[in-house]
Amino acid sequence: MKRRDFVGLSGLAAGALFIPTIPGFAGNLVDPARLLEPGVDVAIKKRLADAGLNAAKAAGATYADVRIGRYLNQGVFTREKQVQNIASTESYGVGIRVIANGTWGFAATNSVTEAGIAKAAQLAVQIAKANSKVQKEQVKLAPLKGHGEVAWKAPIQQNAFEVPIKDKVDLLLSVNAKALDLGASFVNSVLFQVNEQKYFASTDGSYIDQDIHRIYPTFGVTAIDRASGKFRTRQSLSSPMGLGYEYLSPKAADKIAGPAGSDVVGYKNSYDMLEDVASATKQVKQKLTAKSVTPGKYDLVLDPHHLGLTIHESVGHPLELDRVLGYEANYAGTSFATLEWKAKNIPYGSKIVNIVADKLQPGSLGAVGYDDEGVKTKQWDLIKEGTLVDYQKIRDQAHMVGQNESDGCCYSQSWQDVQFQRMPNVSLQPGKAKLSVDEMVKNVDKGIYIAGNGSFSIDQQRYNFQFGGQVFYAIEKGQITGMLEDVAYQANTQEFWNSCAAVCDASDYRLFGAFNDGKGQPSQSSAVSHGSATTRFNGVNVINTARKI
Amino acid sequence: MAILSQTEAQDILKKVLSFSTADECEATLNGSISGNVRSARNTISTAGTADNVSLGVQSRFGKRSGVATCNEFDEASLRRCVQRAEEIAKLAPESPEYVPFLGPQKYLASPVAFAQRTADITPDYRAQQIGASMALCEARKLSSAAFFNDSAGFVAKRNSKGLEAYQRLTNLDFTITVRTADGLGSGYAIANYTDLAKFDAARLTRVAADKAASSVKAKALEPGKYTVILEPAAAVDLLSNMMRSMDARNADEGRSFLSKKGGGNRKGDKLFDERVTIYSDPTNAEVPDLTFAGDGRPQQKTTWIDKGVVKNLYTSQFWAQKAGIPDLPPPGGWIMEGGSQSTADLIKGTAKGILVTRLWYIRAVDPQTLLYTGLTRDGTFYIENGQIKFPVKNFRFNESPVIMLNNLEAVGKPVRLGGNLVPPLKIRDFTFTSLSDAV
Repeated sequence: MKRRDFVGLSGLAAGALFIPTIPGFAGNLVDPARLLEPGVDVAIKKRLADAGLNAAKAAGATYADVRIGRYLNQGVFTREKQVQNIASTESYGVGIRVIANGTWGFAATNSVTEAGIAKAAQLAVQIAKANSKVQKEQVKLAPLKGHGEVAWKAPIQQNAFEVPIKDKVDLLLSVNAKALDLGASFVNSVLFQVNEQKYFASTDGSYIDQDIHRIYPTFGVTAIDRASGKFRTRQSLSSPMGLGYEYLSPKAADKIAGPAGSDVVGYKNSYDMLEDVASATKQVKQKLTAKSVTPGKYDLVLDPHHLGLTIHESVGHPLELDRVLGYEANYAGTSFATLEWKAKNIPYGSKIVNIVADKLQPGSLGAVGYDDEGVKTKQWDLIKEGTLVDYQKIRDQAHMVGQNESDGCCYSQSWQDVQFQRMPNVSLQPGKAKLSVDEMVKNVDKGIYIAGNGSFSIDQQRYNFQFGGQVFYAIEKGQITGMLEDVAYQANTQEFWNSCAAVCDASDYRLFGAFNDGKGQPSQSSAVSHGSATTRFNGVNVINTARKI
Repeated sequence: MAILSQTEAQDILKKVLSFSTADECEATLNGSISGNVRSARNTISTAGTADNVSLGVQSRFGKRSGVATCNEFDEASLRRCVQRAEEIAKLAPESPEYVPFLGPQKYLASPVAFAQRTADITPDYRAQQIGASMALCEARKLSSAAFFNDSAGFVAKRNSKGLEAYQRLTNLDFTITVRTADGLGSGYAIANYTDLAKFDAARLTRVAADKAASSVKAKALEPGKYTVILEPAAAVDLLSNMMRSMDARNADEGRSFLSKKGGGNRKGDKLFDERVTIYSDPTNAEVPDLTFAGDGRPQQKTTWIDKGVVKNLYTSQFWAQKAGIPDLPPPGGWIMEGGSQSTADLIKGTAKGILVTRLWYIRAVDPQTLLYTGLTRDGTFYIENGQIKFPVKNFRFNESPVIMLNNLEAVGKPVRLGGNLVPPLKIRDFTFTSLSDAV
């Protein structure tokens, strides 16, 4: 770190002793300059991995994989005119997963030496053998041919860790200044950056070196009316992305206007944080006096930055095969979309609902070359013309649905957590016919346009959900007529997707991101994107959330 | 080396402070050994262990502050960690919210928060407990999914102003969800202890299994306002969310349910039924906790809500000084006073109502009113004339704990959950807004 990183900053408070609780944001606090140091050479990693694989086999494992991971994180946290914290962390270690006596075993160590890894491998085998005594189902892996020595790098243009901290602080403080200038009562802004340097080796003969980047700028603007005691907040409309710092260099071509009269702008592959905070400040003040919604049935026009979370909860999660099979029954829950339900060919959605899973889309949070058990990634259909056609699977699940190939959905948040099935990108395909947001709104008689994600909740089998948003606009006779407040919609997953009446065309398509999706016990975090274009759903139940205390 | 004694830990911290050249230096050691096993479909799915000690060093030059951490403890590593914290501090800007480190503090006598029996749990023991639990379910043709997680740890703190703190803790969590083979019934049980001696996997498994078996063929009731009995597992999250919202700064800044119209906060206002008293006490024998906060402030017995009146708000040191208010750190856990009635007693005294085993996917809807939404799960039953009559389909609720604690009908005997003491609550006019088909 150089002094210039901090020169010129006023009113800063870097270095508070705690890091805000961010799942996956673990590791030792280090000097930011350390995040630019290269990791261990790939030849050394291969030798270390081989030590683990050999030790596992010698101890009786029939399969083993070794993940040597260096996980780098940086967070810059500000409020109003001051920096609250700047934290740079590094976590480095090895996780070893084995099958012995047909049972999984896992151990991890931060002792990244041949002896340390061999010891962890032996412990993993010991745990597998202990658990095999009460094991009822033998692990069966889908066949996989080793890839040899390969590498994959996220196609970023500018490594965010190479950008001086001063530039990041300047950006966030200028965002805060803009909000305060325009009349916000409070504002906080944050920039998260992640780099996963992962090396995977398995007894199948794969040696895979990968470099993955994520970035997430975000803010919250609060307006308070002291006289009435009312306060409202508007969060940013950014998305976390699998991109470098180039995401923060806004391009006009990446801006997509919401419907006329809404004052909403959506962002594609680059984000204009200053523009968004100006809109947010204007909107949050409007929210203080917006009309409280009359409950009832409305046609909803959902912006992609809102719809992404609805897709995540009502399509992404119910189609995770581990949930379908009951492995998450004690925590995240199971799924209505059981194998028996699928066999009945009940429409999941209307005929225009086409939803794909993928681990390839450039700039997405889920994009990698290979998953955390060495499977080459791909794209596949989940819902085709409204019908459920497939789930999300990993190697030890494929045989349970009569298939012999993993979908490449295996992920672990760190070297010290065991990898398991996690959601890939799950995206609604844009409409094939030309349709703009304005054209969509023009046909709505009584509706609400919703942008941004707010409160979200769904049951443990993914039937009943309730979603809020950041901004809500009344649509009357084809026109946006003003802002609404206290809006949440409740629906049943199948009824909701069957009420899908129109999807805008590809020119409106963009990615939403879930940066910290939690699942598993102990809970692990993963990041995933959801693409869509603005979409219309007819006759959805809207409730009024205003209360008096 | 995870569980260091007080002497071992303070010796390391003394050495760390001896390397400091800063105006102020504070060092914290955290260590834990934890283990877990997870099952589903009556078979083990994953298991793991973790063993780690980490050192955090905060160095200050004037109002400039830097933090570094490490998990290696040879002299060279400790020295490097201190140097790194000092380098970061020298380059950092001055903090407008700077508060000097605390000097020597008097802490409450350490409660018995560490149980050797919990610290001695082995992978074999975990496998046996889960195995026996699975066998009970298999015998009844039920499917279980469970998670057993235990940990033993310590925290030690020392600074250049003379502050010194040390405490050990153990913790054990067990949750189990049991489902019928046809997927039409589901039951749940949860337990949280310091001492393994209190743990009874068979009893908890039977509770979850009985609920699963008796929750099939659930009837649909119309959503609306109902009298409910929230078991402790159903009450704990809503109450915890409310307790986490009692920050003085947010209230004073006007963005809290405790903010007052025109400015200021609602400390001293009666916001709840007079039977609502919530306090924290790290020396409570049922829920022993750390007697010091992360920044070294003492955790005292503190009343937050007294007979329905907001008595205290927690605060940062900076805000306490700026606002001139009592310097109270946020509590580790909380205790809600209750009566002697069990959940079963509350059911007996209910003419018509709904028993709720647990709530799920609770999310804030409106921070202004602390309105939350979520769903019932794993055992929801209709009560009539003091008896459980039949299982009912799960509901979505939209409710505020503030409104809920004004609509209080009865408070039962508190039980430990998540480091808190939580009573079962009987509430009138609890708002269910829709039905869910989920089992």
